[in-house]
Parts: sequence; C-alpha cells; structure tokens
Amino acid sequence: MAGPVLEPGQAQEGKPGPFGFTRPQFALFSAMAAFFAAAPFLGLYEVFLAKILCFALFACAFNLLIGYVGLLSFGHAAYFGMGSYVAGHAAKVWGLPPELAILCGGLIGFALGLPFGWLAIRRSGIYFAMITLALAQMVFFFCLQARFTGGEDGIQAIPRGVLFGVVDLGPDRNVYFFVLAVFLAGFLLVHRIVHSPFGQVLKAIRENEPRATSLGYRTDDYKLMAFVLSATLSGIAGGTKAIVFGIATLTDVHWSMSGEVVLMTLLGGLGTVFGPVAGAAIIVTMQNYLAGFGAWVTIVQGAIFVVCVLAFRAGVIGEIGKALKLRL
Amino acid sequence: MSLSRRSVLGVAAGAPLLTTSLSFRKARAQAQNTIRIGVLNDQSGVYRDLSGPGSTHCARYAVRESGITQAGVNVEVIEADHQNRPDVGSTVMRQWMDRDGVDVILDVPTSSVALAANTLVRERNKVFLCSGAATSDLTGPACSPNTIHWTYDTWMLANSTARAMVAAGGQTWFFVTADYAFGHALERDTTAFITAAGGRVLGSVRHPFPNTDFSSFLLQAQASRAQVIGLANAGADTTNAIKQAAEFGITRRGQRIAGLLVFITDVDALGIETAQGLVLSETFYWDLNDRTRAFTRNLGTMPGNIRPSMVQAGCYSAVLHYLKAVREMGVAAAKANGAEVVARMKAMPTDDQAFGQGSIRADGRKLHPAYLFQVKTPQESSGRWDYYRLLGETPADRAFRPMAEGGCALVRS
Repeated sequence: MAGPVLEPGQAQEGKPGPFGFTRPQFALFSAMAAFFAAAPFLGLYEVFLAKILCFALFACAFNLLIGYVGLLSFGHAAYFGMGSYVAGHAAKVWGLPPELAILCGGLIGFALGLPFGWLAIRRSGIYFAMITLALAQMVFFFCLQARFTGGEDGIQAIPRGVLFGVVDLGPDRNVYFFVLAVFLAGFLLVHRIVHSPFGQVLKAIRENEPRATSLGYRTDDYKLMAFVLSATLSGIAGGTKAIVFGIATLTDVHWSMSGEVVLMTLLGGLGTVFGPVAGAAIIVTMQNYLAGFGAWVTIVQGAIFVVCVLAFRAGVIGEIGKALKLRL
Repeated sequence: MSLSRRSVLGVAAGAPLLTTSLSFRKARAQAQNTIRIGVLNDQSGVYRDLSGPGSTHCARYAVRESGITQAGVNVEVIEADHQNRPDVGSTVMRQWMDRDGVDVILDVPTSSVALAANTLVRERNKVFLCSGAATSDLTGPACSPNTIHWTYDTWMLANSTARAMVAAGGQTWFFVTADYAFGHALERDTTAFITAAGGRVLGSVRHPFPNTDFSSFLLQAQASRAQVIGLANAGADTTNAIKQAAEFGITRRGQRIAGLLVFITDVDALGIETAQGLVLSETFYWDLNDRTRAFTRNLGTMPGNIRPSMVQAGCYSAVLHYLKAVREMGVAAAKANGAEVVARMKAMPTDDQAFGQGSIRADGRKLHPAYLFQVKTPQESSGRWDYYRLLGETPADRAFRPMAEGGCALVRS
C-alpha cells in the first residue's frame, strides 16, 4: 500500500490550528473555501462546480480508507450509486425534502458498508480489493434488476425540492451553495476523523498492522469503523449528486465509477488532505471541457494518468507538498 | 526519467487557461440572429459509428440544404460527447442552454441521457429533436411539448420485425433475451405482435447482461426448431450472439435470426459473412430508393467514410424541418419559445430526401414507414455497404404505437 507523502517529523509542522489543521493546511483550506464561495461570481458554471464538489466529497471519503488505513476498495461505486438511487427515490417518490433524501443516501451507504466491510476486512491487499469489487458487482446487478431504479433508464426528473422548507433549490446558485455546505462539512469531518486519536490508530494500522495489534488495539474494529464511515460519506456524496442533477443512473453504480474515484485520489495524492479535491476537480474538468473534442476525452485522460504515474507519483498535491516540505 | 517534471507542470498549468479562453470566446460570439444546434451523442464509445460525428455532418448538411443562411439567419452546429453518461450529458446540456444560448438539442443516443435531455429541455422551453434514443417512453409517459422523437423507437422495431416476419413466413419464434427490464419489455412487446399476427412463440431463454458466451442459449434456440430466433438484447450482446450463431451455422440450417435492435453500422462491423441472413428493421437505408441515394450522394464524404445510418439521416431530416419552422416564425420568436416551434413543426407536413413525406403527431412522434430488411449473402452483395434486401414495409400509419396506447398526457386532455 502507498506510504505517506512525508515521514513524520520531516515536515515543518506549525502549531495545530482550528479543526486540527496545521497552519499551512488551514491557510490552504481557507483559500479553497474562499475560491469555491467566490467561483460562481467569477463566471464559472454552478452545476459544473457542484459536480466537482460531489466527486470531491466522494474522493475524500475514498481517501479516508485508502490514504489513511491503506485499504484499496474497488467497490465504492456501490455506496455512491446506491446513495444516489435511494436519495433520488426518496425525493421523487416519497416526496422527502432534499436534506432528508441525502440523509437516506448516507443511511444506505452505512447499511451496505457495515456487512460489506465486515466481510471484506477479513482479507487485505488484492483479496480485499476483489471482495469489495465482487460485492459492488452484486449491487450493480441488483440496481439493474430492481424495479425502483428504472433499469437502464435510471431515475429521471428527481425534484431538487425546498431545503428545510425555506430555501428553494431550483436556482443553480442556491443548489450550489447547499452542495458547498455539504462538501465542507464532509471535508472537515474526514479531516477531524483522520486527525483524532482514532485516526492515529488507523495510520498505525496502515504502517504496521501486527504492531498495532500487539499494542492492544482491536484492528478489525478500527478498520470496520473506517470502512463504514467511508461508505456512509460516499452515500451522502451520491445522494447530493442525485439532487443536483435530478438523475440517478447505472453509471453511478458501475465498476468504472469505482475506478474513477481511484484515479481521482491517485491523481490528487493518496493520503493527502487536499489531494482528492484536486484530483476530482481535474478529472471532472477534463470530462466536461473536453466533451466538445469528442473521442479525445478518454485518450487525454489516459495520457494524463500515464504522465502522473511517470512524473509525479505522489499526485499533484503530494508533489507540491513535497516541494514545499509541507503536509498538505 | 526522461520527462522533466517542470515541463510537465508547465503544460498542465497552461492547459486550463487555453480551454477557459476557448469557452469565453464561444460565449462572446453569441448573437441574437443565430440559431444554435447542439449535437450531443457518443463520440468515443459503442454508438460512435451509429451517431457520432456523422450526425453532426448530417445536421450541417441540412443547414446547407435549407438555404436559411441565404435568408440572413446564422445557424451554428456544435457537438459534444456525452460518453454515454447521463451526468456528463446533463452538465453539457445545462451549460449549452443556460450559458451558450443553444436552442436545439439533437440526436442523444442512450435512453438514460435522452430522458434527462427531455426533462432539461422542457424546463428551459427549448427544443429536443431525438434521433438516437430507442425508448418509446419519450412519446409515452415522458412525452413533452418540447420533444420530437424522430427516427425510430422500441415499439416500432418490435412491431415491424414481428409482423413483417410472420407475414414473410416466420411463424414460430424462440427468444434469446437479455435478463433486465429492457430485454423483458422487448420480448413481451414482440410476443404480443407475433401472436396478433398469427405466429407462435415456442419458448425463450434469458442470458445475463452483459454476456459474452451465447453457446448454450443458441443451442437451446436451435433445438427448439423455431423458424425464427429473436434476439431481444442490444449492443455488444447482440453482435456477440450473431457472431456465435454464425459459427454454429444456424442460419445456414434454415433458421432465421431476427435482431430487434441492430443497425447497419453493426452489420458493417460484423462483416457480411457473419451477418448474412440476419433480419432487422430500420426506417432508412441509403440504397432504398432514388431519393435516399441522392441524399447519400449529396452528403459527400461522411466522417470515417461511412454511409449514413438511420439515426444520422434522422438528424438531417429533423434539422431540415426545424429550420422550416424557424423560417416561418422568425429567429427571435423561435429562440424565445421552444414549445411554439415544436407546435409549428407538428402543424406542417414533413418532406425530405431521406424519409420522404411524413408528419409529426401531437404526442411528438414523427411518422414514416418502417422497413424489414434481410442482410444479403456475400454473393448477392456488390461490396461494402451493399447490405440489405427489402423484405417488407409497414406503412407510416401502422408503423408506430397508436397515440391512445402510449399514455402521453399531452393528448389525453
């Protein structure tokens, strides 16, 4: 599994700031939040930005597992996709407001993550990846067959609804700021988890699991908890996406979505705080702005991946962090 | 490492600037007197040959043929790749309509993306001319005053293939069905038409989706001794099944294979040796009559040097008719109210080289005849693209689902 970007002590750690951020991290976080808050006013398209944020949250949730516990799940599309289906169904058929619909998405992520995680963490490495993939394929099959998902047509025309009965999410700008709030909350939650004593144990497990066991930690419980947290957040990300776009389809549960989130996290930097966000932004931007160039999208995406693996293996943020000798 | 990290970073930093400046330039070029047509389809995946750049080519040709530019109206045709992903397609369409002043969404294969387009276009009161998608829901429960479903749909394919096939002597059927909602629906619909036409279904077998090994399913179909083996599946599943059926020599032993969702581009990809004897329905074939041949000649060289598929011909036909309505209404009125343009289009009879004379029904269904073709043998064929022999024709008034059965809310009231 991928190691940390820096060995502990190598970085010039500042005093811990708010939310357990180091000073530079907090500065970067503020810059990121300010950028996203200002972006719609700079002429960037809200729905596109909201899409970046949904995937950024998904990648952050995924990074929690691979970056900090060292578990490569190849089935995260299951939680993301089911989250989007359930949130879509809740909003459209049950008529729930968006905040509850997204919560339903998170719940299904939790409900799937618990048994799947319980089963999968019994193995590690490639076996872990294969078990998660197999379980995710089962979920895909379920979504293909189940009546409420609408087969290959998906759930269409999901209403955005009215947030807390006050804010109409119909206008793009409103829905964007709602997604921004969800994303920032999720991002801070992941950061808080990683930099808590619980997160320290997770990192200990990543570095050397037998040693963590010998120190008296029940590593399986820790891994399961991290898995479930990651799956829940993925479900929330999927639910948010369903609300923004008004659709939930098979794309979200397909295994290629699991691959895409690996790509995002890898491109941004495994085990970095800001890497998944950068990775998601890069991939989503490519998918959108290269759409006009036709067949070139997949080629460019492949080329960028190759270049990334050849030239900066720690990912964009990872390499910047290395150059500046900071933990980002 | 031969790649310098600095140069890589430099290029990476430069790329977004380039794309941003491109999009700004696009936005600035917006003019009041310009109609913008956005062709959204698959440019990199399985539907590329069927739709892809060929659809854009046909749309541009329609603009030239309409002569609207000489009347002082600018028409701009832009294209994008939805990668068969509803979320990508949805973002592109929103951006096109909300920011770039696009008035028409054209083509859109893959029914999940087409249904998303249907909703988005209706919300914004623009126009959706659907040529690429198969789902008959677009003129059924999901019908919209802003959408016209142009070329074909699943109901028409099942109806034409089943009825014309039974009439041509295919009395007994056996289905090889993809085991998901789409396959089940296709099998159910086709079965109803077969029984109505006096044929009989001997049995069916369901295969997982997606699937690569069809041997056991095909052997069951062969053992049933049915005259026709119906393939109620799509895309790679269908082509795989056809390939393996050719290996088993099923068609040479007298059974016929009917593909319910096969296009001329699939036949071209399979090769005539493999596809020979296959029976399928389409609404357009380039070598059907003098007008379609003239159309194909006038198109010039298509991207990839292909002959137009029915989906691409549908893009041409739809744009041509749309521009007639625009000409009648004036650009400003057409840009302001998509539903009004669609209403005008429904009021006018259609006539073009590819589909001949036709009309558009109140529920948004474009009507034209459906044709049943059989793929020629290599001996009969004179070369690439000489693929079809006409077996039968369903006239326009019976080719598509009757309006009353669709459940479209527009016509109930």
